[in-house]
Amino acid sequence: MSATATTTARAHPEKNYLNADHTIASWLLTTDHKRIAVLYLISVTFFFFIGSIAAGLVRLELTSSQGLLLTSEAYNKMFSAHGVVMIFFFLLPSIPAAIGNFVIPIQIGARDLAFPRLNLLSWYLYIIAGGLILFALAGGGFDAGWTFYTPLSSLYSDTQITIALVAIFIAGFSSIFTGLNFIVTVHKMRAPGMTWFRMPLMVWANYATSLLMMLGTPVVAITLFLVVLERTLGIGIFSAEIGGDPVLFQHMFWFYSHPAVYIMVLPGMGVISELISAFSKRPVFGYHFVAFSSLAIAGLGFLVWGHHMFISSQSVYLGVIFSLITFLVAVPSAIKVFNWAFTMYKGYVEFKTPMVYAIAFLGLFLIGGLTGLFLAALDTDVHLTGTYFIVAHFHYVMVGSSTIAFLGAVHFWWPKMFGKMYNEFWGTLSAIVIFAGFNFTFFPQFILGYLGMPRRYHYYFFEPAWEVYNVMSTMGASILAIGFLMPAFYLTASLLNGKKAPQNPWGAKGLEWEKAASPPVTFNFSEPVVVTEPAYNYPSADRPGGAMVHQLDQLDEDIEKLEGD
Amino acid sequence: MAEHAAHHHEPGEDVVFGQYETIEQQRESYIVGMWTFLVTEVMFFGGLFLVYTLYRWKYAEVWHGMSLHLNFWLGGINTAVLLLSSFSVAWAVQRAQVGDTKNQIRLLWFTVACACTFLVIKFIEYREKIVHGLYPDWAYQGLPDVEFGPSRLFMSLYFAMTGLHGVHVLVGIIVITTLIFMTKAKAPSISDYIPTEMVALYWHFVDLVWIFLYPLFYLIPA
Amino acid sequence: MLDSLLANFPIFPEQASEHAADYDALFWSITALTVFFTLIVVVMVAYMAFKYRKGSNVSRKGQLDSHLGLELTWSGIPLILALVIFFWATANFMKQRDMPEDGIEIFVVGKQWMWHLQHMNGVRENNELHVPIGVSVKLTMISQDVLHAMYLPEFRAQYHVIPGRYTDLHFTASKVGEFKMLCAMHCGTQHSEMVGKVIVMSQADYAAWLEKGGNRFEKEAKTMAASGAALFKRKGCANCHTEVDNERAPSLHGLVGRTRSFNDGATHVADEAYIRESIYEPYNRITRGYINTMTAYKGQLTEVQVRELIEYIKSLGTTAGVGDGKIVPYEQPEQPLGADPGTPDNATKIANERKSAAATQFEQSGGRN
Repeated sequence: MSATATTTARAHPEKNYLNADHTIASWLLTTDHKRIAVLYLISVTFFFFIGSIAAGLVRLELTSSQGLLLTSEAYNKMFSAHGVVMIFFFLLPSIPAAIGNFVIPIQIGARDLAFPRLNLLSWYLYIIAGGLILFALAGGGFDAGWTFYTPLSSLYSDTQITIALVAIFIAGFSSIFTGLNFIVTVHKMRAPGMTWFRMPLMVWANYATSLLMMLGTPVVAITLFLVVLERTLGIGIFSAEIGGDPVLFQHMFWFYSHPAVYIMVLPGMGVISELISAFSKRPVFGYHFVAFSSLAIAGLGFLVWGHHMFISSQSVYLGVIFSLITFLVAVPSAIKVFNWAFTMYKGYVEFKTPMVYAIAFLGLFLIGGLTGLFLAALDTDVHLTGTYFIVAHFHYVMVGSSTIAFLGAVHFWWPKMFGKMYNEFWGTLSAIVIFAGFNFTFFPQFILGYLGMPRRYHYYFFEPAWEVYNVMSTMGASILAIGFLMPAFYLTASLLNGKKAPQNPWGAKGLEWEKAASPPVTFNFSEPVVVTEPAYNYPSADRPGGAMVHQLDQLDEDIEKLEGD
Repeated sequence: MAEHAAHHHEPGEDVVFGQYETIEQQRESYIVGMWTFLVTEVMFFGGLFLVYTLYRWKYAEVWHGMSLHLNFWLGGINTAVLLLSSFSVAWAVQRAQVGDTKNQIRLLWFTVACACTFLVIKFIEYREKIVHGLYPDWAYQGLPDVEFGPSRLFMSLYFAMTGLHGVHVLVGIIVITTLIFMTKAKAPSISDYIPTEMVALYWHFVDLVWIFLYPLFYLIPA
Repeated sequence: MLDSLLANFPIFPEQASEHAADYDALFWSITALTVFFTLIVVVMVAYMAFKYRKGSNVSRKGQLDSHLGLELTWSGIPLILALVIFFWATANFMKQRDMPEDGIEIFVVGKQWMWHLQHMNGVRENNELHVPIGVSVKLTMISQDVLHAMYLPEFRAQYHVIPGRYTDLHFTASKVGEFKMLCAMHCGTQHSEMVGKVIVMSQADYAAWLEKGGNRFEKEAKTMAASGAALFKRKGCANCHTEVDNERAPSLHGLVGRTRSFNDGATHVADEAYIRESIYEPYNRITRGYINTMTAYKGQLTEVQVRELIEYIKSLGTTAGVGDGKIVPYEQPEQPLGADPGTPDNATKIANERKSAAATQFEQSGGRN
């Protein structure tokens, strides 16, 4: 059968997944993981801009301590819209569903994901959910923040919370199905020779992410659904009025939503491993430490939800345990940062656009991670939680790290996805502008938080001294906006008249660069793939042939044997 | 190439979809996928069981008192019905494995019949509760003696958990019926016993949830 | 120069409580650690990125793919430092969560969108809290609607205010002046207007302020406990809850701190949360030997009134059955008067029968209407 494929590829050398068929139906009913990835890429970008507009209005409003344009009600709806759209409709699906969908099957030498139709269903669920959230926004918006704490969300707010929650519920199933698909694909679809420890770290990170999606998302789905039941059918579970516990909602919410932070960050970490390795021409330093640190972060991620509730009447001793486990997360995070940095050691570092993004990621993740120490520590958390310090911290981690990694990934795989090169100058410039704009926006918020400015405040008439940092932050946000708009222009331009991309423009290792065309053919490879070497097997000064003795090959064989049984 | 395999399907031949190399890989993927999905389902219901545990621990006496309001016999009959259906669906898988399509379909129909019986009985129970004002939102109004807050919590959980389970039964009916018609039509994707086994796994899970729900709501000791 | 810079770009929030200084010591220590690690990584990345840039003329001999020693170093050192911070912060936190026995207690109700505060002598305030310097102040808080968070940035104190549950925080003011009192938990439309101030006074000023009845022109005569006593009488509580246990109700004298046994076999040490529950939802836990006869005061008494009752009950002392010396044993006979012997769960059964009667009535009235 594969012989046929080879002849087909030879007969039509220009045939690839993009021009295989041109009808609209061929896109909307496609089961090709690459096309679905492109659909996701377009949709998450759309929602990113929706979320950004809401963020822009929030920032603009805060330049004055007295309020500027919006009513308090409108302001609350703005930050809620920003949070919900950005988290559930941009950050969560961005790297796994848009980038991972494209590269993971190719990186493990598979022709597609295990369940292509389920993959398409995921996208449709995402679009239905997205449509519902736009409907909720158009119908007046919702004001309980993205956390939807009860009883404000269940009994007191009369905004469009029900529709928003149903939308998130559906989006949750979209991400559950993506996770399920990835797990089965990684377990069952690897090409011959693609052992567990030959997988690129991008695959490891997405595998860990998928585990989180599978185990966490259902819990938040049912929790939010209980709020919907409370609003619509009067089935009250979290209502203090009938003896229910409103704080229980927070436990169940954070049981998912803390791992969700790692759902957003882990795939980004996978991307950074790829980028730094590719542009240093070196294998990722301490490959197995980085791989296992992803799993460690995923595992610990499920045990730290209580650190969101140090002052929510949770028992002091419970708080102590959650704090301790949270501090343990510092270890795998530190392992990752130092290993990435050391990957450059004695390499050939090249500052192409994706690498600039990767370096920016290192800086922002470092600050985001280290400021987490203030919040993991019980005492310091008391004063900082619920303030702009938290806002700054999670933007550094989730936006700084996740979004920058997403952009790095887009720039890295863009030639592969669309077969076109973009303008290197504009690419590098956008990375620098985003990095600068980001720090300018969010660093002042650390100070605001320490000074005591609570988050979600519409105005702060009682403390005009905070204006200076808010104005700085809004100025930074304008720079950030310019940075985010730049790729929209030069990437579109590259599609129209970019240089044709060679198969391996970066000289990188990996099946997607070495075995698949740019753009790849419909079933990815024109010949069956057999993997014979570990990941990132760059030629080295010490090993001219590039043959790297991988310590874990033996372990791989053992695992294969176990799987055989 | 393999992508075309589905179109060249001959009766009795295994169908391998384009993304798979071999039929074994395909089968294993389906089963691993189904088990992974069931893990999700466990977490899905797990959230509710957690809530149940906390509240029951807090309001033990109310829980017992309220369980007396549930119809022990109807719940018991429903348990028996579901156990029977689990047996028949397991038998259907065994028939599918040996290629006895005729009996496989009969057993699947029997399973659907059990599922429908379950829903009818469940409906009767719900109606009874609602007629007696034992609906979480209503109990408080006009019924001074049922204003016990936690009893509303109990009814809330009862409706939420059995309702969610009921939705799963409904989905099961749809899925099994679809499977029957696809098997009858000899659809290419139903070339072996794997789809039946997947549906059966799902159905066993639905039964299992009820096996937990029944004692937790109907059989609460003082 | 520095002063004017700090005036425009403040980075040090005022320290107005004894805890604030401890807090800031920890805060700036973690900051120093953060800066230190950031510098290490930045220098390391910059050095390697520059030295090993593509085309640079340095030897690449002796490349490393992995190094166990290095891995252990950079996981071990952060772990140790993290644990140091953990212990330091936990010690501080435990100290803060340990509520002082003496000092002033103030009752706080959070509601959309204001703070209501009440001193034990009955003085009430809204969005303002007068406290003396140098005396520990404990806030006992509850919410009347949604979640709120009492946030006192200059005191480095914050705690959530939750419906249906008492929470608390304490501080000892160390500076005379006015400080912010904010709500730090999104509580609806006018969340950002739920702000007030804490006014720290010298102890003499505070005494004078209290003496004249707070901000009011007239002095309010009653302490919280006294208001509670009046309410206790007005609502007829005293009809059943007498100085000793009787067949209708257990005595409330000496209730606080003693162990109650319930009909379901459970026991609980009576605390404020228990008393509040017993007023609002007496049916939840029926004291052993009694049946469910007490009216549930949910929706009939405000949180402030309940608090007044609690203060009154607390003022009834800590020994049971004060008064005429007739101390009835707390373990009542198994069956109270009028109960049908033989059925262990009699109370529930009676309740259930009454429910069914009501249900019939409900049915006859045509369902929901």
